Formats: sequence, C-alpha cells, structure tokens
Amino acid sequence: MNMLPEFGQISLACAACLALAAAVTGLGGNGARGELLRRSTVSMVVGQFVFSTVAFAILVTAFVNDDFSVEYVANNSNSLLPWYYKISAAWGGHEGSFLLWIVIMTLWMVAVVVRRQNYPQRFANRVLGILSLLNLGFLSFAFFTSNPFTRLIPMTPADGADLNPLLQDFGLIVHPPLLYVGYVGLAVPFAFAVAALLENRLDAAWSRWSRPWTNVAWAALTLGIALGSWWAYYELGWGGWWFWDPVENASFMPWLAATALIHSLAVTEKRGTFKSWTLLLAIAAFSLSLLGAFIVRSGVLTSVHAFAVDPERGSYILAFLALVVGGSLTLYALRGGGVRAAVGYQLMSREFFMLINNVILVVSLAVVLWGTLAPIGYEVLTGSRISIGVPFFNMFFVPLMLALAAAVSLVPVLNWKRTRWAAIKPAFAYALPLAVVGGGLTLYFTEPRLVMVALALMLAAWIVVTHANDIWKRVRARSSMPLSYAGMTIAHLGFAMSVIGVAVTSTQSIEADRRMAPGDQTELGTAAVQFVGMQQVRGPNYVADQGNFIVTPAGGSPYSLKPEKRRYLARGSIMTEAAINPGFMSDTYISLGEPLGDGAWAVRLHFKPLVRWVWLGCLLMALGGVMAVADKRYRRLRARQDAQVREVHESAAGQVST
Amino acid sequence: MNPVRKRRLYLALFLLLAVSGTTAALMVALEQNINMFFPPADVVAGVAPTETPIRAGGMVLEGSVVRDPGSLGVEFVLTDRAGAEFTVAFEGILPDLFREGQGIIVQGELKEDGLFAAREVLAKHDENYMPPELMDIAGHQNQGADS
Repeated sequence: MNMLPEFGQISLACAACLALAAAVTGLGGNGARGELLRRSTVSMVVGQFVFSTVAFAILVTAFVNDDFSVEYVANNSNSLLPWYYKISAAWGGHEGSFLLWIVIMTLWMVAVVVRRQNYPQRFANRVLGILSLLNLGFLSFAFFTSNPFTRLIPMTPADGADLNPLLQDFGLIVHPPLLYVGYVGLAVPFAFAVAALLENRLDAAWSRWSRPWTNVAWAALTLGIALGSWWAYYELGWGGWWFWDPVENASFMPWLAATALIHSLAVTEKRGTFKSWTLLLAIAAFSLSLLGAFIVRSGVLTSVHAFAVDPERGSYILAFLALVVGGSLTLYALRGGGVRAAVGYQLMSREFFMLINNVILVVSLAVVLWGTLAPIGYEVLTGSRISIGVPFFNMFFVPLMLALAAAVSLVPVLNWKRTRWAAIKPAFAYALPLAVVGGGLTLYFTEPRLVMVALALMLAAWIVVTHANDIWKRVRARSSMPLSYAGMTIAHLGFAMSVIGVAVTSTQSIEADRRMAPGDQTELGTAAVQFVGMQQVRGPNYVADQGNFIVTPAGGSPYSLKPEKRRYLARGSIMTEAAINPGFMSDTYISLGEPLGDGAWAVRLHFKPLVRWVWLGCLLMALGGVMAVADKRYRRLRARQDAQVREVHESAAGQVST
Repeated sequence: MNPVRKRRLYLALFLLLAVSGTTAALMVALEQNINMFFPPADVVAGVAPTETPIRAGGMVLEGSVVRDPGSLGVEFVLTDRAGAEFTVAFEGILPDLFREGQGIIVQGELKEDGLFAAREVLAKHDENYMPPELMDIAGHQNQGADS
C-alpha cells in the first residue's frame, strides 16, 4: 500500500517540532553565549520550510495520482479532472489551502534568513523566533483540526466527488497563492515590529528594514484581491466585480491597514515621527489578516466562499487570534506608548497629508470592519439575523475615496516639514482648473450624468496632472528619478486609474435581462445583438448548452459570443460560463440564465465601460510597490549597514567582556 | 499659542471630527441599510413588516414554480415544511442553484396582500452549503424526520 500520505503527516509533525524549537532559540537564545543557538534558529527555519514543502508535495502527488483513499482528495478531485486542475485542487478546499498557507509562511521565513545579514544578528534571531512561533500556531492548527492526509480506509471511494466547478478555472490556480503571499507576508512586518518592541529599538532603522517586506506583501495582496475580483466577474456569471461579501471584506481590511502602514512607515523612516502609530498599524495589519482567516474558515458569516461550518476550527483560530493580538498589544502598551518624536511639522506638509491619508484609510477600515462584524454582534445580542446591504458600504466609500484622491493629488507638491504657498500654488492655479475642465467634459459624455462621477473623474485627472507635472519638472531639471519615486508615482497613477474605472463602470454600465428565442434580435446600448441558436458541446468533464450570439457594434464589424450553460458530470452541478469580448475601453458580456421552454432562454447582456481599468489600476499599484523595493537606496544601505551591524556586534561583545 | 500646541489642537480637533462624524454616519447608515431576516412562519403570521426591504427564506416548494410565458417573470412558493408558505414574485434571471427543494434567500418587500416582491434571489454556490439563516428551519425539518 502507498504510505506516502502518512509520510506527509509525519513531515508536518517534524515541521511543528522544529517550529517549537526555533521559537525557543529565537526568543531565548539572545544571551551572550547564544551564538550557537542563533545559528541553530536559522537551520531550523530552513528545516520548517523543507518539511512543509515535502508535505505539500506529497499532497499534490496524491491528487495527481488520484489517491481517493485520502479523504481530502476524494472530496476535491475526480479522475476526469484535467491534470492542471488536479494540481490546483490541492488548494481548492480548506485543508489543502491551509497547507499552502503554511508553505508560503515558511517561504517568507526563508527569505528573512537570506537577508539576515542586513540586520543585527540578535534582531534577526528574534524575528525568526516570532515567525516560528506564529508558524507553530499554523502547523498545530493544520495538524489537529485540518489534517489533509486523513484516510478513507477501508471505505475508499471508487472516484472523487470532484472539485467545485466554480474553482475549475485559471483564476483559482493563481488567486489563492497570491492572496496568501500577501496575508502571510504581513507577518514579517508584524514580527519586525514585535522584535523592535522586545529590543526597545524603536528608531528609524527599524522602519527602514520593515519597508521592503511590507511593500512586497502589500503588492501581492493587491494583486490577489484584483485577481479575485476579476475571477468573480467572469466566473460567477452576473457581471459584478465587487460584492462587499464578508470574504472580500476579509481580504480588503488587511489591505487597507497595509496601505496605511506603507505610508506611515515612509514617514517614520524619513522623519522619525509617527513611530508608535506605525507599530500599531504593523500589529493591526497582520491581526486583520488572521481575522480574515477566521472569517473564511470558521463559517461564522454568510458568504459565497465560506469553506465549511466547523465550530472547532473557528474557536481554534479565535483563540490564536486572541493570543496574537492580546500578546502584541500588551507588549505595545508596555513599550510602545512612550515613544515620542521631537520632530515638528506644519499643516501644509507631507507629514500632515500622510496623517490625513492614514485617518481616511483607518476610517474606511472601521466601516468595513463594522459592516462585516455587525451582523454577528446583532445575532449574539438579539438572536435575530440581519444582513448589511451594499448601499451601506457605498455610502461611505464614495466620499472617503474621493477625499483620499484629493489628498493624493497634492503629494508631489508637498515637502516634508513645511511647504511654501508658492510651491503649492501651481497645483491649485493650473492643475486644478485643468482637472475641472477634464471632469466637466467627461460629464458631457456620461449617461446618466452624476455629480459624484464628475467629481471622481476630476480628482483622478488632478492626480494625473500634478504627478505628470512633477515628472516633467524632474526631467527638465535633469534631476535623478530614483526607483522609489517612480514606484510611488506609478502606484498613485494606478489609484487614479482604479478610481476612474470604478466610478465609470458602476454608473455607466448598461445591463439588460432579456427573454430571447433563436432568431431574436435586441439592442445593447448602440450595439445590435442577435441570438442565432444553441448547440450541445462536450468538455473533458462536463456537457454544455452553448449559445451563439452575433454582436454588431454601431459602425463596427460583427463578432460572435458563445456563452455556455455547463453541467458538470461528477456532481451534476450547473454552471454559467459567461462570454466576454474584452476591451480597454469597454467589455461586452453575455451570460445565459435558464431555459424558458420553446427554445427561449433568459439572457443577461452587459455593456461595461472601463471595467478593466479597475484591475489595471491595481496592477499599476502593485508594480509601483515592487519597484520601490528595487530602489538603489536599499542596496546601498546594505553596505552602510554592514559597517553598522559590525559596530553593534563589537559593542555588544565589548559589553560582555567588561 | 506655540506651534506645537497649535498643531496638537488642530490634530485633536481633526480626529474628534473624524471619529464623531464616522460614528454618527455609521449609525444612520446602518439604520437605513439593515435587512432583517424572517423565516416563513414570521412572514405568514404578519410579524414581518410590509412595504419595507427585508430578507426572507425557505425551501422552494416542489411544483410551485410558474413562469410567465412572455417575460422573465416567475412566481414560486417558499415553505418551511412545517405549514408556513408564502408566494414570491420575481422578474429576472434566477441563480444556477435555484431549483425545487433548494433552500434559498429572497431580498425584497412584502406587499400588503401577502405577496413577496423579490428584487434579488440568492442561492449559494455549493449544493452542500446551507445559508446560516435557513439552518434553524433545516434543523427543525431533520428533527421532524427523526421522530
């Protein structure tokens, strides 16, 4: 009999033991004679990575070999599934996706190991210790409540129950891994913050070390969320791209906190102020990603993606969350409160606008948190169930994001500490009128004409104009354009792009639900749509009714769209596969409802202008975040730090000898 | 006033405004956008308010789905399998997992004549998944089957 799955389980147990040991040496091995312990922390961190990866590889092997004696494989795969979905099915359910989470966690830890020379030895050791402690929590959660290697012996099923058809898609192959890179990546700034608190080393150096990690995690989270939104758009079959669903909110909350953290870290590094606030944000960002895990995996909330309703898992994560939040906040209260900066700044300064940015982001965060958790609180208090509608979130996010856009547009003209009016004047005297004209012009083309849309377009144009002007000024003055500056500019332009996309697509889309029989013709905006007929098609593991629609845009050449209604054979479940003609300026989207008899079908027709801008903007934001990490500054820093680190070591050694 | 104090004052005022503004807005918005959930028994008994946006749910009664031949209009009956039933009218496209016997949630308004005018029909994307709102009803049903 194939014993591999048992080895997977043993491998997980080994990783957990190493995590425990590394947590002990990482947090305890910082005495004078701890050199050996500190070295062993490093090798045990690498060991956690090796054992977790082996466990994951074994799980993937079980999927590829159709080993249905493993319960998780039997529940999430089927022999008819194409090989690439067999691999991605490994993270299609709760247990496997959590194992992936652990593998990614250990990857981040190995990355810290690789870059450990950039930090003082003890500090790196503490960071690795904290990360191992967190990983121990994850590993024991997997081992005790969510073991992916549980066997179904002797009642081995002949074939698997199949992967949920919704998840048989390219989007699912990449969306969860990216999202987890972001979620788990926030553990690194968290560990840096806790290590800094433990060492009482709350200087600018700490924030400089933390910045690249935060940026990469944030960029991955941004991409993960954007991918999820894109996936929902084409896969759920009703053309929406954001639903304020609890699980979406679960990923959006750490994103908002991480966005605030990126900006606050910049202030702490450059100006040495906002110190305790930055620490708090680093703690909050990771705590919120744990809260997200709790929301998704405990099933407390009604949601499209809730994995399963399992009180045991829920209470485990809740206890873990309480320990992490409680522990780090206690430490913060003991050490962080006293950090005061002596640096002042004026109202018209970059610092103050960063503060505004942070307040807006934290208020947004509070709104999402409230909207997500209020139904639970209400049920606990009154026993009846409520849901909070989309209008609740929109009501806050429209004004909040407009205010944020206004703040972003002034960034290029603001200096640290204080800014003279003469420097700000062009932003109001030239850029703003230009933006107003731009916004006003677009108002002329929109239908329906809405003040909020014009305002959003105007503010987005303002961001573009002030940032473009700043680039132009630098080019003309032949001054340097460091990658961190370019990254910031690209990220801000990406934000403007997303704002335009959201404003236009959510108000200017044309959506029509029609009853159509073969031969029928209908209008979608300025395009004519003809329903030619239906035919049966077969996929590897499904059969489908495929509609043939000919779309003729006004003044364009006709093309055909073929939406499908699929029936997956293993579960007999029905799936809508939308047909989309994507475009930079607009999408045309057709999906099938249900057959209405006499050959007629319910048909959903959408015309969605600028919908891609929402995701392209996110792509730019993520690109900007990663570019900033590649800045020469961080590399040059390494040389300088080497000297610094050596100094610290020597002085430490000196202290010991005296 | 010295600049540091002045800045602190502005900061405190700004924070105070932001916090109180947000809290007030949150309360008002919540008041307007809360959707209470009512099981079929409450809808039938008149506990559920009429002409107000609410959520209701139940199982789709077998054989109750009636389509309008000329449009996308559809009517069906939701039941808790314990005697309470009400009719839902909906115009639009039903979700993939809508089928007879399936537990679903409807969002809309209850009319004076007892007809539920749905603006949205929600069925979840996993056939094993039961909306938490319907768990009580389903549990009830299972107990019934056991005895």
